[in-house]
Amino acid sequence: MALEVNGKTYETDEEGYLINLGDWDEDIAKVLAVEEKIDMTENHWEVINFLREYYNDFQIAPAVRVLTKAIGKKLGPEKGSSKYLYELFPYGPAKQACKIAGLPKPTGCI
Amino acid sequence: MAVSKFEVPELKGYTVIPLVRMDAAAGIKSFPANAPIQEAIGFPGELPENWQEIAIAKMGELLGKYRSLQVFMDACVHCGACTDKCHYYIGTADPKNMPVARQDLMRRVYRRYFTFAGKYFPQLVGAKDLTRDVLDEWYQYYYQCSECRRCSVYCPYGIDTAEITMAGREILDSVGLGQKYTNEILGKVHRIGNNLGLPGPALMDTLSGLEEDVEADTGVAVKFPIDVKGAEVLLITPSADFFSEPHVESLIGYAKVFHAAGISWTLSSMASEAGNFGMFIGSYDQLKKVALRIRQAALELGVKRIVVGECGHAWRVAYSFWNTLIGVGAGGQDEYARMLQKQLDSNYPQPAHICEVTYDLLQRGAIRVDKEANDHRIITFHDSCNVARGSGMGGIPGGQFIIPREIIKSVANHFYDMAPETIREGTYCCGGGGGLLTDDLMELRVKGAQPRMDALQAVVENHGVNFMATICAICKAQFTKVVPYYGFEMGMIGGVHQLVSSAIILDPNK
Repeated sequence: MALEVNGKTYETDEEGYLINLGDWDEDIAKVLAVEEKIDMTENHWEVINFLREYYNDFQIAPAVRVLTKAIGKKLGPEKGSSKYLYELFPYGPAKQACKIAGLPKPTGCI
Repeated sequence: MAVSKFEVPELKGYTVIPLVRMDAAAGIKSFPANAPIQEAIGFPGELPENWQEIAIAKMGELLGKYRSLQVFMDACVHCGACTDKCHYYIGTADPKNMPVARQDLMRRVYRRYFTFAGKYFPQLVGAKDLTRDVLDEWYQYYYQCSECRRCSVYCPYGIDTAEITMAGREILDSVGLGQKYTNEILGKVHRIGNNLGLPGPALMDTLSGLEEDVEADTGVAVKFPIDVKGAEVLLITPSADFFSEPHVESLIGYAKVFHAAGISWTLSSMASEAGNFGMFIGSYDQLKKVALRIRQAALELGVKRIVVGECGHAWRVAYSFWNTLIGVGAGGQDEYARMLQKQLDSNYPQPAHICEVTYDLLQRGAIRVDKEANDHRIITFHDSCNVARGSGMGGIPGGQFIIPREIIKSVANHFYDMAPETIREGTYCCGGGGGLLTDDLMELRVKGAQPRMDALQAVVENHGVNFMATICAICKAQFTKVVPYYGFEMGMIGGVHQLVSSAIILDPNK
């Protein structure tokens, strides 16, 4: 599969995840978000940016607890919950937010 | 309610067997694995030219190796007892999801190439050539079986469809037709150590975060040790326990149990996965390779006991196969298996399920609980298929049903079982087991959950149940995802040790 952004074509897998992590930029994220029917707000970007930073350090998306704690610190404790993350990304923060962040899909019994 | 592109079954509170709808699930197919995924675990990357020859030879090999498979191919009398027992048939109404039909996909090919009548008079005995269409149909319907073995409970001959599905998948893999979800994960286990692909540093970061959380929550410094040489217990748990909600709540529960009982324990970055997807694809080589990581970790760390966390098929593999696979328990004959047998403490069951450990501590009064801490919960228990029908616990008949329920009743005041035909050995699969917990099979997963959802609905209505406990990472992930389709809250799904975690008393002075 492929994704077209600003006249350029980017390779994605069967489920729409970017194949080359280096391809990612904010414009691509916006297009991916539209496909996921997510209206990106500042808080969405906070999550996406944290995911990318964490991935950069650890080569994996953060565990849900790690993510909620980090978001709670940035956006206030009432937003540091998986419930809030599901409000932002209804299909699940791990899979849906990773897709928009251009990261590989976490696999396993999740 | 979640938005779906398919019709979500309507719940009635009891199971209704649907009228047959031909090809109702014909459009549901999981993504096949690409060549790099296949090759990474030793399978061909694409269909070879002589695939038919290879597949039939593989089938012959399996028939010779597994006498059960030979018996299952011959013994079926088409009595129909299994036809209404599969959750995927009940949910989809596709007759090819009737267990006998799933078996017959292979049986008719078996007859064609391995029986006298089928070789010479194929039409008379319903024998069929292995064509490309048949192969594709195998892929489709062998990946619509969660290998839960419910049908085998009702088969008068004891035919186990799961074993036929496993053989089917093994033959498919031998000609390069693998499933992306399962085989990609197997590659990750070999490369990184767990299904999620959590590298050691991420694991350590996650665990130190949990230590902070639990201390902030309870005021007690509960540890989550990793790679500690000389610890008594090595805990092998699904990697989802590190990563996901509600799984992590049970991991916190195990840590609190070890803390309160004063048992030294450790996790391992080398063996950071309990799940063993080798079983899902019927590959003994993969099964063994995944399990060997655990032996290596146990030997290197010098532990005396191996305990398995809440993971359904992991417990089946551990309970039923670890002895000969790696030497946890008697049976393994190679040098390292014997070394491990000597190292492990024979005063304890090897391996032990975390529920056995907790139950024993509760019985002896070695850990104490405040049951009222769970008073806001009205609880039911979902028996996970691989625990229910593929293992035991506590060395007593039905221990795998009794022990988790006794733990729940020890740590909480409100417990109600679901309808008797839907629990214990007759339990319905969650709908996501056996390698089907993948997003591309969401329709199948939602529909396959229907019988369990009907039974849940009944206890929700009759008893106000607001929490369904289970002891399997797949069940937890699957239910969390699908219950919203049926109008339930995802937060009502959790682990048995999540309940233990809420009730356990950590301060010895209280």
